[in-house]
Amino acid sequence: MRDEHAWAKRIVLVALLVLVLALPYLVGNASQLNYAILVLMIAQAGVAWNILGGYAGQVSLGHAAFYGIGAYTSTQLLLVFGLSPWLGMLAGGGVAVLFALAIGWPCFRLKGHYFAMATIAIAEILQIVVTNWDWLGGAVGLSLPVAETGWRGLVFNKSKVPYYYLILGLLLLTLGVSWLIERSFLGYYFRAIKDEPDAARSVGIDLTRYKLVAITASSFLTALGGTFYAQKELFIDPGSTMATSLSIKIALVAILGGVGSLGGPVAGAVILTAIEETTRAMFGGTGRGTDLIIYALLIILVAVFYPSGVAGWWRDLEHRLLLFKRRDRASGKRKTS
Amino acid sequence: MTAPLLAVRGLTKYFGGLSANEDVSFAVDRGEIVGLIGPNGAGKTTLFNCLAGFYAPTAGTIEFDGETFAALSPERAARMGIARTFQIVRTFASMTARDNVMVGAMIRNKRVADARALAMETLSFVGLASRAAATAGTMTVAEQRRLEIARALATGPKLLLLDEVMAGLNPTEVREAVNLVLRIRDRDIACVIVEHVMEAIMPIAHRIVVLDAGRKIADGPPDVIARDPAVLAAYLGD
Repeated sequence: MRDEHAWAKRIVLVALLVLVLALPYLVGNASQLNYAILVLMIAQAGVAWNILGGYAGQVSLGHAAFYGIGAYTSTQLLLVFGLSPWLGMLAGGGVAVLFALAIGWPCFRLKGHYFAMATIAIAEILQIVVTNWDWLGGAVGLSLPVAETGWRGLVFNKSKVPYYYLILGLLLLTLGVSWLIERSFLGYYFRAIKDEPDAARSVGIDLTRYKLVAITASSFLTALGGTFYAQKELFIDPGSTMATSLSIKIALVAILGGVGSLGGPVAGAVILTAIEETTRAMFGGTGRGTDLIIYALLIILVAVFYPSGVAGWWRDLEHRLLLFKRRDRASGKRKTS
Repeated sequence: MTAPLLAVRGLTKYFGGLSANEDVSFAVDRGEIVGLIGPNGAGKTTLFNCLAGFYAPTAGTIEFDGETFAALSPERAARMGIARTFQIVRTFASMTARDNVMVGAMIRNKRVADARALAMETLSFVGLASRAAATAGTMTVAEQRRLEIARALATGPKLLLLDEVMAGLNPTEVREAVNLVLRIRDRDIACVIVEHVMEAIMPIAHRIVVLDAGRKIADGPPDVIARDPAVLAAYLGD
């Protein structure tokens, strides 16, 4: 019966994968496709955030810093040296990791809320620095040239479909890394650190070292998403790639979907983007502040009613269904005997 | 005579101006059970935390397995073979019992399958095999204390520090816990046990170390300690 359940799950997963692969040919118009791309973008960042904030329990509210570093590094390397965005993407990941290690070393000595506060401050400082740095375009931002289109240059001006597959690939890569971490000793260590740091130390876990491992993976993958943003929008500025509201949104999709669960942030991204787009349609241009109100409301709702998020709610539901089925069968047997 | 497994020499710990341990010295041999007793506030838990690397002693040295330290870190202590439990249980509450023990096992071998096998074996040893899939946070305190012991044992220690593992247990559970300590000793693992439950510790300890107001006031076999006038005075008042 457990096997039956596992099979059903596998079939659903394969069906979902086929659906997302075929999606660009199922949607009616470009704006719907763009909407799907937005969902995948925030989902990818949320899954990357989840490695540090979900599994290892180090809640960062400054992940936009890594996102921005990814966007700015690849863009500047392209503008100054004409470097391929593929290499720029890896370079952005590398710079984000260096930055993450530099801030992680002191900040991981802080506990709980203090760590979260420190990450807000650091991301905010980085945003101010970039806003005032003329070489990086300052507050005006940077425009990307549309010189080389196609997969080599990662610019697609005819159809957005390649962007869809690119971000889908990045999301699957990020999910794959999370899955590998979850199943290896790192997954066990991260959860131990999150649950009871002192007990983790008592079984030989060096807290700072493993938190640095978590932030390395998390920041690298987040920066890849930043490069994607730059290549898709062909324009970046501090407000769009490094804002605190972006940091909160990245954390929120994971918290809403379920911290420390593999697919949770993806579910969170679907729900959050749906809510955002609905309110945007309802309030139009005047509704700019409404996203923030909704973020706040969602955080309160999740914290009060379902701290384990949508994934936790789903797990509980599944559990109850299984129990129900089992009881059903047991009573069925009794009747026939 | 071979060197003892653990030799504490002149260990002193101050918190600000307050002394919690003052010039404490004692030794533990391999496979020996040593009881650490004393009235509330005698400095038992502080001494414990110094041995496990959670506090750095103000003065004195700790010699363990041939190496001498002024201070240890908890991670280092664990890797050298000093494992501990906590006075107030600290299991990884959101993880299953099996996963809790696996985290301990991973100190020597990071392979998940190996850690899982060792964890199941250790859970059977402490009598929790049937609870392997239970979430630690939902288990009873008695079970969680056993789980902490299993987690500590999975690290492959030479010395196990047990902090009041019998507190709050009913008589049957105390008997089971005593039994478990004896079986741990049979594996040639030394135990230092902080305990208030005298009838549990007196019959099984090879030696008892008594602390009062941060100082060692007695050290010897249980029957001698039970008649020691300084110990009686510390417990009953002058």
